[in-house]
Amino acid sequence: MPKPDDKQLQMILEDMVIARTQAGRLWNLQRQGQVGTIAPIDGHEAAIVGAVHALETESDWVLPQYREPLGLRRYGAEVLDTFMLYNLGHPAGGHIPEPIKVAPSQISLGASIPHAVGLAWGMSLKDEPGVVLVFFGDGASSEGDFYEAGNLAGVLKAPVILFCINNQWAISTPTHLQTAADSFSSKAEAFGIPGVTVDGNDPAAVYEAVFNARKRATSGKGPTLIEATVYRLGAHTTADDPTRYVPSDDLSAAQEKDPVHTLTQDLKNRNLWNDTKQNEVETAALERLDEAFERAKNTPLLPNSLMDHCFVSDTSRQLRQRSMLMDSMGNANE
Amino acid sequence: MQMSNKVSELSMLEAINETLHSEMARDERVVVLGEDVGRNGGVFRATEGLIEKFGERRVVDTPISEAAIAGSAVGLAMAGLVPVVEIQFLGFSYQAMHQIAGQIARLRYRTQSRFEPQITIRAPFGGGVRTPELHSDSLEAQFANIPGLKIVMPSTAADAKGLLTSAIRDPDPVLFLEPLRGYRGIRDLVPDEDHLVPLGQANLVKKGDDVVIISWSYQVELSKRVAESLEGEGISAAVLDLRSIVPLDIEAVTEIVSHCGRAVVVQEAPETGGFASEIIATINDECFWSLEAPVARVSGFDVPYPVGMLENLYVPDETRIHSAVLKTMESG
Ligand SMILES: Cc1ncc(C[n+]2csc(CCOP(=O)(O)OP(=O)(O)O)c2C)c(N)n1
Ligand SMILES: [Mg+2]
Repeated sequence: MPKPDDKQLQMILEDMVIARTQAGRLWNLQRQGQVGTIAPIDGHEAAIVGAVHALETESDWVLPQYREPLGLRRYGAEVLDTFMLYNLGHPAGGHIPEPIKVAPSQISLGASIPHAVGLAWGMSLKDEPGVVLVFFGDGASSEGDFYEAGNLAGVLKAPVILFCINNQWAISTPTHLQTAADSFSSKAEAFGIPGVTVDGNDPAAVYEAVFNARKRATSGKGPTLIEATVYRLGAHTTADDPTRYVPSDDLSAAQEKDPVHTLTQDLKNRNLWNDTKQNEVETAALERLDEAFERAKNTPLLPNSLMDHCFVSDTSRQLRQRSMLMDSMGNANE
Repeated sequence: MQMSNKVSELSMLEAINETLHSEMARDERVVVLGEDVGRNGGVFRATEGLIEKFGERRVVDTPISEAAIAGSAVGLAMAGLVPVVEIQFLGFSYQAMHQIAGQIARLRYRTQSRFEPQITIRAPFGGGVRTPELHSDSLEAQFANIPGLKIVMPSTAADAKGLLTSAIRDPDPVLFLEPLRGYRGIRDLVPDEDHLVPLGQANLVKKGDDVVIISWSYQVELSKRVAESLEGEGISAAVLDLRSIVPLDIEAVTEIVSHCGRAVVVQEAPETGGFASEIIATINDECFWSLEAPVARVSGFDVPYPVGMLENLYVPDETRIHSAVLKTMESG
């Protein structure tokens, strides 16, 4: 079905509320110095959750940028657990366990787009079912990686969905300084692939667009570029001060269209949601986040892990460095 | 003309910001371009106030396109302008690498000076501030292996001003690397007036007779502290701040190593292929016979720059520098 049914919409809203609630807690943890830099999800929930609900988690890969992890709950609880380790700066935060088809956050903008194309290409070479969806921002779309990979995807007819979240900002840079094109989706034309723009505050519209792109990809017709238009309701990250550059009128107008509030209201009007449910979901979301945070904090960290996973086995130089490290740890304990 | 000798205490960040202001005022060919450098004044505020003073034609918020930022600097220079580029973090210079390494650094050579790459590329880097991936990597040695590119790495606010001024006025391309930890963590007295520190002149920041610690950028700060604490242990340690690794002040290195007979080179970058190796090779070439002990190096490890919780193990600290010095004193 190209449109989510009521049951799916309830699940979508639940994931959106969880993401929003947990993002708030995470922001506070950062402010208390408990976790590293955070990029809040606020305003992006419908685009992310709506997209993910149109995928088959067993077969389809998701390659996030960095704002998405709290919206990927559908892919499994381990996504959050790993994300909390990542936020603590623990090396295990890079390892989302098998068989979850989610890659860790990508800091280098646009860099995952060619990975997605290669992964989708490889899956089709191996006759595996499924597609790859790669998230990236309006800002990231200005990287050469986007243009080169989009072009390659078109040539290869790779089963990939290039999912651009246009939240109107790349840190302080507004979209009109990012591109002179009418839309980000119009760039698809140069790749010879379809490009669609959807209202990213409307999870049903996002779902439908991804559903159709997925169908196209799995039937061998190749990639689609989707632009989901949203508004970044929070700061770029905890290190950013958006009051320096975000016009307050624009922000208030965007808050009127807050995707979480809009869908909540919509489902309430249709008796598919109520305040009791809302409270239950929020309480559970916070408990779940705190639990993940505690677990992450209690995850042991061995100094040795500094040297692990660079190669399968150490070079002789690394062996020397490893023992020097251990010696110095020994001294520190004395 | 009367020159005032007034100085102000500034952070390294303030010194950089002030220099950009004065160079843009002094030379109208100077243009500043990069991600978030305009309205936001840069993510660290290094370019704060420039767009208000010099306008959007000279201070340009670019799309997120490092290759085009660096590549267009070549064209701007060909047009007779003096681009001062900001790469938001040095780790994202990889996206610009083919323009920096394959084009900017070769422009003068391949056009036999028809075109002058008077380009400055500023970028923050370095550890100790728990940034996300690729924000902290010390990549200077990778760039040092590119002939045609000068690499400047100040360790004080005053030098940041003096060296950035020289970099912007230098007719050759300069990579100007700013230690994240020093932006606010380093403060010293900076001359108010025009202040030029020539590129390629190391600074003996502390005299000493027994051993010299050779370093650059933020590691100089740590080396100074170690050298001071060594005084109390009866070891007279000199500290040489290279200030630029290209050009390298070979004479200064030779002179102080010959004088002390012992040396420790400190870098934050991984050990293999790091610039410390180049210093040691230079010592070998120039003054091997004056050595009383093998030259030691203190480095990062041969792994990618790690996540926050492992950062303190990775980045050389005072303890590691201190024990390397003691070991050097004991050997030979
Ligand atoms: C290659 C690269 N260049 C620069 C940066 C620094 N940076 C981090 S986030 C960001 C803005 C990204 O904007 P966008 O892609 O629209 O994503 P959003 O943050 O809006 O979700 C920039 C410039 C980076 N991470 N990677
Ligand atoms: Mg954006």
